[in-house]
Amino acid sequence: MSFLKSFLLFLFLLASPALAQSDPETLRPLINELAKGKYAETEQQIGDLAATGDPAVAPALEALGAGDLYFRKSDGQVFIAEKDGKQFKLTDPLTLEAQGEAGRREVKKIKVNNKLRRVIRSALGSLTLMAPDPKVRIAAAEAVFKAQDPGSIEALDTAIAAEKDENVLRVMQQARAAAVLNSDLEESEQIAAVETLSEMGNREALSLLIGVRSSTQGAVQVAAAAAVTKIEKSIAAWDAAQNIWYGISLGSVLLLAAIGLAITFGVMGVINMAHGEMVMIGAYTTFVVQDLIRTSAPGLFDYSLFIALPLAFLTAGLIGIAIERGVIRWLYGRPLETLLATWGISLILQQAVRSIFGPTNREVGNPDWMSGAFELGQMTITYNRMWIVVFALLVFAGLMLVLKKTPFGLYTRAVTQNRRMAASMGIRTPWIDALTFGLGSGIAGIAGVALSQIDNVSPNLGQGYIIDSFMVVVFGGVGNLWGTLVGAMTLGVVNKFLEPYAGAVLGKIFVLVFIILFIQKRPRGLFALKGRAVEA
Amino acid sequence: MKKTFTKFALAGLMASTMIGGAAADDDTIKVGILHSLSGTMAISETTLKDAMLMLIEEQNKKGGLLGKKLEAVVVDPASDWPLFAEKARELIEVNGVDAVFGCWTSVSRKSVLPVFEELNSLLFYPVQYEGEESQRNVFYTGAAPNQQAIPAVDYLMNEEGVERWVLAGTDYVYPRTTNKILEAYLKSKGVAEEDIMINYTPFGHSDWQTIVSDIKTFGSGGKKTAVVSTINGDANVPFYKELANAGIKAEDIPVVAFSVGEEELAGLDTGPLVGHLAAWNYFQSADTDINAEFIDAWHAFIGDEDRVTNDPMEAHFIGFNMWVEAVEKAGTTDPDAVIDAIVGVSVPNLTGGYSAMMPNHHITKPVLIGEIQDDGQFETVWETSGTVVGDAWSDYLEGSKDLISDWRAPLSCGNFNTATGKCGGSGS
Repeated sequence: MSFLKSFLLFLFLLASPALAQSDPETLRPLINELAKGKYAETEQQIGDLAATGDPAVAPALEALGAGDLYFRKSDGQVFIAEKDGKQFKLTDPLTLEAQGEAGRREVKKIKVNNKLRRVIRSALGSLTLMAPDPKVRIAAAEAVFKAQDPGSIEALDTAIAAEKDENVLRVMQQARAAAVLNSDLEESEQIAAVETLSEMGNREALSLLIGVRSSTQGAVQVAAAAAVTKIEKSIAAWDAAQNIWYGISLGSVLLLAAIGLAITFGVMGVINMAHGEMVMIGAYTTFVVQDLIRTSAPGLFDYSLFIALPLAFLTAGLIGIAIERGVIRWLYGRPLETLLATWGISLILQQAVRSIFGPTNREVGNPDWMSGAFELGQMTITYNRMWIVVFALLVFAGLMLVLKKTPFGLYTRAVTQNRRMAASMGIRTPWIDALTFGLGSGIAGIAGVALSQIDNVSPNLGQGYIIDSFMVVVFGGVGNLWGTLVGAMTLGVVNKFLEPYAGAVLGKIFVLVFIILFIQKRPRGLFALKGRAVEA
Repeated sequence: MKKTFTKFALAGLMASTMIGGAAADDDTIKVGILHSLSGTMAISETTLKDAMLMLIEEQNKKGGLLGKKLEAVVVDPASDWPLFAEKARELIEVNGVDAVFGCWTSVSRKSVLPVFEELNSLLFYPVQYEGEESQRNVFYTGAAPNQQAIPAVDYLMNEEGVERWVLAGTDYVYPRTTNKILEAYLKSKGVAEEDIMINYTPFGHSDWQTIVSDIKTFGSGGKKTAVVSTINGDANVPFYKELANAGIKAEDIPVVAFSVGEEELAGLDTGPLVGHLAAWNYFQSADTDINAEFIDAWHAFIGDEDRVTNDPMEAHFIGFNMWVEAVEKAGTTDPDAVIDAIVGVSVPNLTGGYSAMMPNHHITKPVLIGEIQDDGQFETVWETSGTVVGDAWSDYLEGSKDLISDWRAPLSCGNFNTATGKCGGSGS
């Protein structure tokens, strides 16, 4: 029996590509229909195309879903069109052969909306269940899962019988379970389907099972209720883990923003209100680099951040040095004047950027390796957040190395610990001041490269981070880099644990109150510096 | 730069010596532009200042108004709400402008209201807002909630079959009032308490991980879920980036936004956002001749083919043309005459219809629902068959459902209570 089934399937597989090639012309009238009517008609036409069961219509449907399907106004022929400058390159949707070009006004896009995209997704799903590429098959099965169409059970059964790949098979069985629960098949089948979903154990399964729990009766409902309880329990545990991850991720952003300040404010004692603007300058450097790459060397786009890093460090660092030489060095030992002067500088820098780049947000793209997410158990970890955590720790380690292992680091520490002694030993203290300030600003600049990936690139970018940065440095202990690390991570995790209960607004207030109380108790922060430097 | 400085110094001097005295020259009509050119709101308001300058320039090319040239007076209230009131006073008293076009946030509008009332001048306010206000000296050319929020929710309910709702907004007056109206509206449509999740975030919020994951969790409750976003401009980019990265597709959980237009999308790669929605009264993609002309004029004026147009710009376009027509009708720029003349004035909007000024100082507008496309534009997927009259007082809130506004004689009242039959009744 099963031999016969697989033999028939084999025949079918052999026949289907042949089928597709033999009669594109019988499908053409159906495809050209798409040029007519509004959304409701288009939905009907997609149904007709899917009903042919011919994989040859898949490219056309895919293009329709992506908004690339156009029709020529002169003869109503439907094409896949790709924008090429002011012209459109036309491709035949069935034979996939190039069909020349057309002007912008000669073709018209076939409009789709969310509802149609859903219809297309599920139609494509059942059409591509037998595709040769396992990735396509998984995507197809996922689409069928979402559609929960009892009509697709038959197609799924055929596909499951032919499937060799474990992973694909699992997704297909889940898709089948979802469809079964929506059908009027007998109870034993339904309970088996609930079992399958219960093992799947994620939010999508939970969503389906909650629906089943409220819409069925008897044994199925009992099984669904039990499965819901089980999944909810496991998800709660994962949620805690997810929260810690969010905390670490927020902490790494705080660390990046604060680490430059830990040098200018923590080590040098300059209250630098223009710190946020150094971050902003780093982000704008990234924009300029990406803009140049887009126009002159699009192939390099994935490396744009690596190119931007040293440039952002140099740009922000040089501006930092200029600020130190031009303004701050006249104000050492006068914290109030420094505060006002640097605040003024921050306004000047903001307005300068606004005048040069305009007041609107600038688009900084995410390279491919920074987009999307992966699943770890029931946790979703987005790539950009993960790389930012890694990057923040690398910057921290690098800075530690510079301060502890290089002559420049030695001079810096000497100057901050005892300026006059350092000067008598032949260290040119003014230059060390300038370079240290430059280092702090440069680090802020590379933080800007990372933050451009998750935040607005606008002239106001820096303002959002300045208060948080000071908070982290003061909380962690002025003058201590380890304090900044621990402080940032603590604040990140505390914030993220408060947010689900107190909401984002109250959560932030609680954190501030907590820090105020903490500073009352330990005025020097988590890791207080001891020794002569403190008394000086 | 130096010149503006002397101008300001002079203005200050004049303010101290001749309060109340009109300093207008006789050969020009002055129009005040009160938009932030620096600070947080500069991102949105600078564009509107440029749009106004363009409209004034075009009107002058057509021969001006009442045989005189129009002259724009631009001031910068620097995103500082009290400064809005000071600058408004400066425009009216010192520069002697005949009408002011400006403000973006509701709080800036609230801060200038007393000034316009006291000095009896005109303000044209071009941004969608939370309603619950009607003032004799103010003309609201942006959308009231019934011209944006309610139709958008209807669309999701009817076309997408949404049953669970996340109302996410920035924590200030516009989102709070709009969400209050929406919550009352949804409940009146039979949506249960546990199917509505309301969430507020601070201005400029940038860490959306928890909220996006909450939305995902809420969306896995076995019912079709949508997000209604009143998140303010700047916080939207990180919000949409997080949505895209978390893999929330418009087909599964659509987000409909009331503060996201072409300008906000300019800072984003919209590829992963295709299908998310926005509700406005105008999209740059509107396929009409008058819109094509407007876009061409805008590009020529600003000298950049990539600059987009947006809904508040259209509101200024309508408001300015209404004012011009009302002044011509009244034959004078005197505020009282213009206030009487402008009600009923009807001018073309950019989506191919006409907008009229109603007695409650709100205008009629078509409502469009658009889906984000991968080129950063919106594609209209639904629109009202005709125009919708702006309703100053929401019918869904306890305190305001009995109130109506009519600034024509003999009623001349912005909050007339139909239950008690008195003007100034602010509640039930």
